[in-house]
Amino acid sequence: MKKYWKSLTELKNGENSVPDQPMPKGNLEQILDIFDKNENDSKSNRRDFLKLCGFSLAISTVVASCENSVQKAIPYLIKPEEITPGKANYYASSFAKGSDYCSVLIKTREGRPIKIEGNDLSSVTNGGTSSRVQASVLDLYDTSRYKHAKKGNQKLSWEELDKTIKEELTRLKNANEPVVLLTSSIYSPSTERIIQKFIVQYPNVKWVQYDSQSATALIEANQMCFGKAGIADYRFDYADKIVSFDADFLGTWLMPVEHIRQYTKKRKLSDGNTSMSHHTQVESRLSLTGSNADKRIPVKPSEQKFLIAQLYNEILKLAGKETYSLPASNTDIQEIAKDLWAHKGKSLVISGSNDAYVQVVVNAINFELENYGSTLRVDKQLHTSKAIASEMDQVLADMKSGKLKGIISYGVNPVFDYPKGKEFADAVKKVAFSVAMDEVPNETTALMSFVAPDNHFLESWNDFEPKTNRYSLMQPGIRPLFDTRQFQSSLLSWMGEDVNYLTFIKNHWEKNMYPMQTAYPNFTTFWKHTLQQGVFEPSIKSVFDTRFNFAGISNVVNQFSKPNDSKGVELQLYESIAIGDGRMANNPWLQEMPDPVTKICWDNYLCVSPKQAEEMMLETGDVVDLNSKLKLPVYILPGQAYNTVSIAKGYGRQLCGVVGKNVGVNVNALLASNDDFLGDVKLSKTGEKYDLAMTQTHHSMEGRAIVREAGLEEYKKNPSAGNESHHAYENANIYEKPKFPNHHWGLVVDLNSCVGCGACSIACQSENNVPVVGKKEVIRAHEMSWIRIDRYFSGDEINPDVSFQPVMCQHCDNAPCENVCPVAATNHSSEGLNQMAYNRCIGTRYCGNNCPYKVRRFNWFDYTKADSIPNNLHDVAEMTIDLKRMVLNPDVTVRAKGVIEKCSLCVQRIQEGKLNAKIEGRKVKDGEIKTACEQACPSGAIIFGDLNDKESKLVKETSSKRNYHLLEEIHTLPSVSYLTKIRNKKMNHS
Amino acid sequence: MYVSPIREPLVTGKKTYKKITDEISAPIEGKPGKAWYAGITLTVSALLLGLAMMGYTIWEGIGTWGLNKTIGWGWGITNFVWWVGIGHAGTFISAILLLFRQKWRTSINRSAEAMTLFAVLCAGLFPLIHMGRPLLGFFVFPYPNTRELWVNFNSPLLWDVFAISTYFTVSLLFWYVGLIPDIGTIRDRMKSKFKKWIYGLLSFGWTGSAKHWQRHESISLILAGLAAPLVLSVHSIVSTDFATSVIPGWHTTIFPPYFVAGAIFSGFAMVLTLLIITRKVLHLENYITIGHIESMNKIIIATGSIVGIAYITELFIAWYSGVEYEQYAFLNRATGPYWWAYWIMMTCNVISPQLLWFKKLRRNLVFTFILSIFINIGMWFERFVIIVTSLHRDYLPSSWSMYEPTMVEVGIFIGTLGLFFTCFLLFIRVFPVIAIAEVKSVLKSSGDQKKDKSEKH
Repeated sequence: MKKYWKSLTELKNGENSVPDQPMPKGNLEQILDIFDKNENDSKSNRRDFLKLCGFSLAISTVVASCENSVQKAIPYLIKPEEITPGKANYYASSFAKGSDYCSVLIKTREGRPIKIEGNDLSSVTNGGTSSRVQASVLDLYDTSRYKHAKKGNQKLSWEELDKTIKEELTRLKNANEPVVLLTSSIYSPSTERIIQKFIVQYPNVKWVQYDSQSATALIEANQMCFGKAGIADYRFDYADKIVSFDADFLGTWLMPVEHIRQYTKKRKLSDGNTSMSHHTQVESRLSLTGSNADKRIPVKPSEQKFLIAQLYNEILKLAGKETYSLPASNTDIQEIAKDLWAHKGKSLVISGSNDAYVQVVVNAINFELENYGSTLRVDKQLHTSKAIASEMDQVLADMKSGKLKGIISYGVNPVFDYPKGKEFADAVKKVAFSVAMDEVPNETTALMSFVAPDNHFLESWNDFEPKTNRYSLMQPGIRPLFDTRQFQSSLLSWMGEDVNYLTFIKNHWEKNMYPMQTAYPNFTTFWKHTLQQGVFEPSIKSVFDTRFNFAGISNVVNQFSKPNDSKGVELQLYESIAIGDGRMANNPWLQEMPDPVTKICWDNYLCVSPKQAEEMMLETGDVVDLNSKLKLPVYILPGQAYNTVSIAKGYGRQLCGVVGKNVGVNVNALLASNDDFLGDVKLSKTGEKYDLAMTQTHHSMEGRAIVREAGLEEYKKNPSAGNESHHAYENANIYEKPKFPNHHWGLVVDLNSCVGCGACSIACQSENNVPVVGKKEVIRAHEMSWIRIDRYFSGDEINPDVSFQPVMCQHCDNAPCENVCPVAATNHSSEGLNQMAYNRCIGTRYCGNNCPYKVRRFNWFDYTKADSIPNNLHDVAEMTIDLKRMVLNPDVTVRAKGVIEKCSLCVQRIQEGKLNAKIEGRKVKDGEIKTACEQACPSGAIIFGDLNDKESKLVKETSSKRNYHLLEEIHTLPSVSYLTKIRNKKMNHS
Repeated sequence: MYVSPIREPLVTGKKTYKKITDEISAPIEGKPGKAWYAGITLTVSALLLGLAMMGYTIWEGIGTWGLNKTIGWGWGITNFVWWVGIGHAGTFISAILLLFRQKWRTSINRSAEAMTLFAVLCAGLFPLIHMGRPLLGFFVFPYPNTRELWVNFNSPLLWDVFAISTYFTVSLLFWYVGLIPDIGTIRDRMKSKFKKWIYGLLSFGWTGSAKHWQRHESISLILAGLAAPLVLSVHSIVSTDFATSVIPGWHTTIFPPYFVAGAIFSGFAMVLTLLIITRKVLHLENYITIGHIESMNKIIIATGSIVGIAYITELFIAWYSGVEYEQYAFLNRATGPYWWAYWIMMTCNVISPQLLWFKKLRRNLVFTFILSIFINIGMWFERFVIIVTSLHRDYLPSSWSMYEPTMVEVGIFIGTLGLFFTCFLLFIRVFPVIAIAEVKSVLKSSGDQKKDKSEKH
């Protein structure tokens, strides 16, 4: 039969070669067939395709909704005592740097200090802090710190160093060659005891204390007037009338943290208390204190003496006593005198002068006003400044003459901050034996032959007596990071005493402080308790009959009796609030903190009055030549007295870490140590320009009701004075007003208490890992601060009113930022917080644009090393190196490049407070949770709390008639509110 | 079909169908001239500069731009809105004028649509690169994900995502569908096998059968119906980026219509800029006649006047509202530190188009060309004024600040100009600049030979 074939295969292989029926397939295989190239065999069709789509959608949905695996942290193999990962430990301690003192708590996490908080138990600082105190924790991790003992540039072991120094000291002692121990003011009883013992052992050693900002005049004046040298204890909280002649007591004069607390205590208003103190400031530069004054009289520094003498005369007149023949005083002085007299015994007159005779007259005024014993007293003293300026001059003279054969310095940097620093530098090089005992290299230590590096205060034991009978302890929060040793231990070791400093302190306290109390039956419990509290404040009654006893007063007054008729420009130096005398210049947080009044950071600059600027055709940023010595950028400061200029000290450090080096200009040499000003300064415009890093460039409120204010008289008549207009609608939204059934966190800022010091902003930076961006970035308005203090000038520019307003995220319940974020990275919590999910943020900056308060901050560059792209780090302050990263708060995310960040109302603290309450099975107590800014604030101007808790301090304040919300007319419904500012003067409303 | 004798002919030069095909296909078939090479060198260099600057931005961060804590958007978003606006003319011409049966659109719709696409491409770049973390830009798409997160449908930026992507998709489809018969024509004329194959693929097997034509017509009509509302919606949505905010100067209900008018205004200006050069370089004067240009100028004067009224309304409302922030915002625009930007905008957008009331100027090529450039500049400044001057001084004077672009931002803008013109130069080499089939469809009714005939009667 003829063979019919269908294909070649069939022809070749016969009939059996017909391909087998494909094996039956499972469902999934059938579905997958659609990917099979062999389309004919495929059983899949459109239905299967749809099935596949459905299947993959279902799978991806299921997979997507699975939770990620839980990552476990590795626990300690042997858990150190006290340390629980994730829980902070607090240790009471003291901050002391030169004359700066504060009783603090050290917050440590996993054994490392990360934050400084105020200690509420101290009656000196009352839980307040300053920006410098807040920033000091970063200095612990400063890369420029000495890491070991040194001889020249050679590393030395402590044994070798001790041996050499002991030999040297013994040799000098045997030869009876004078050696000077130059320290900053020592107000630690134990340290003082060691130094005394040291001097006993080495009688050739002379102890000299040196302060960069000397209080010699105050000390000497009290000696002259009352026979008791020392600084009086000022009580601003007892004063109804304060007159300050150029003393910046809220900024840098003596103990600002204490003064702010006392001062604002008298300025807190409530429905029950409608009285407040009246403060007059007579000054040339618009200082922080002057900015807060009810009345400010701008005068030239040379006029101060005369005005004080006149005031004295007026007071004498009112007292019915014999007066001096002085030119008739102007109405200002007459008014002040009347006012003071009316508040006799409840007033306070102070002066910032370095002239002891000026202070004598001020003492005489206070004496006539019967203020001694109430607003100030000389039997209780402030001990933080003890140096007598002339002693330092003697040291220099002895060094120059070659009489001095050795110098041991501790905590001082005269080469930088002593007016004759250059001479000092030349002289110190000639001294054969020199030892520096500082923690960081500076201009002075670099010239010394030996360096016996001190510990940072967070690594040290110590005790303090900042004020008479107000003791506090310093305890370490960490073991020394480097091979350093405490100053006191070094002295002990060189004396050959085999006792560690802690034991020494304990012994000293057992002998001296323990007997002052009766509460504790034995020393151990007393010590433990005191260490836990950080302070020991025995109540010791002292009776002191303050008698003014200075025969030369008439000579002094007569000497001051001529008005100064100098026509020239006068220069004043001042300490900046952030940088102080320059010893913390390497701290980037402080460098980037804008000056409260000028809002400039990363520089010092010459403040010029607006009138002078107009005459010289100057603009802010122009460079002027000063006496052909220095070239300085100019800042036009409203309120600066005409024909006066001022500039901050503490800048222009040459020898310090990368951060502070060559920031600004060193001006210390311009003025002798006991001069108040430099007369007849020649200024000339150079035509050069200089970029100043300003965080605020517009100074007027433009008539907007941003800081709402009223005069005291108006307020007394009507508690809602200045705060009349309110947004009328409870809810003007298309959505229902959000409800917060459990908590509703909120914050209130009392604008009457806030003095604008800026401690809150550094506290926030430290708490929330806010990056440092550097000068160039601040110029480009890229600063990252989560809380800023807006400063507005109002009135005329010759003598403006100043308002401070801390602005942080307002946590709006109808937040404009929230609904514009395309990815919902910022949203509202059920407790009223406006929160940021950093890793959700894609950085469109729409929220920042739409924030009417402009509190949102964008990470313009990789400031933190949290970005995944290499080689794009913008870190001017070494903040991303491992050592400095130890300061980071592990509870707060470090933000990456390209995301928005902002104030979270310290949500990590809220969570901690809630957890603690939950563990203890109770509700969160009012005042238990404190935000970092609130904790740091020396004036108690910021109060955090639960708006749902009707008994809370917050609600008490927010229900005040003074309460208002910033820009409430745009219906953002903020959770943050403000209390109106009340000035103790007549306000002229236009 | 009867056409009124006063109507100008839309195609001049006594064209036959063959002539039309030959002339319009010429640039595709011939070798490009020196001018084209010079042009593309320039535009590609600009594009490369832009790419480099974009790379630098992504690497270093948005800090390389002149933005700051107060001003979060600057040149980037200005350029975005400007480019989106420019795109509008294409859609307006091809969709709305199609629905209104405006025959004169046939000569210009192809290039205007192409321009739309390229402008939207340029515009789309900015929202992406202005992000702090552009690599995570996909977060804006709502899709099920392991992060258990969803987008925020309240945000106008998210509306933008949908508006712009829809707009781009519809415009691309519309443009391509319109191209299909012409691609068929080109395919048939191509001598090289490779090119024939490519055009063959692109033409989707177009044969010109009645069925094909019928389907083509209906899909064109459907797409025109879809695209017409987009003309109004896209820029309305873009305007809500500003209008829904609380910033004085942004928070304005007039924005949607005003933005749409502005968009068409700027779009036509850009079409004029491009076509005045193109008709000259590619010798298309017979297809894009002075009459066409005059028609476009008429639209410019209409939309320009709407824009002008909108500006004045804004000022009036600021005064009338009694809101001090709003009043200050507008006072600051006109007299503040950026007064010059405001007055450039006013001069270019409001004053100069009024000259078009004169017929002589409407029909003057040189004048029209210069004016179109003026309007392009003016409309760019309009967006700059809205964005920057509103942001730089808003509620709290403590945060007031100034903005100045850096070279990086300028470079990126130049880069997008490079991208736009590169695309356009490539487009004129590969596709017919004028819709051949559509021009042929009006030749009988509106060509000059028909006109001559009617005159003879």
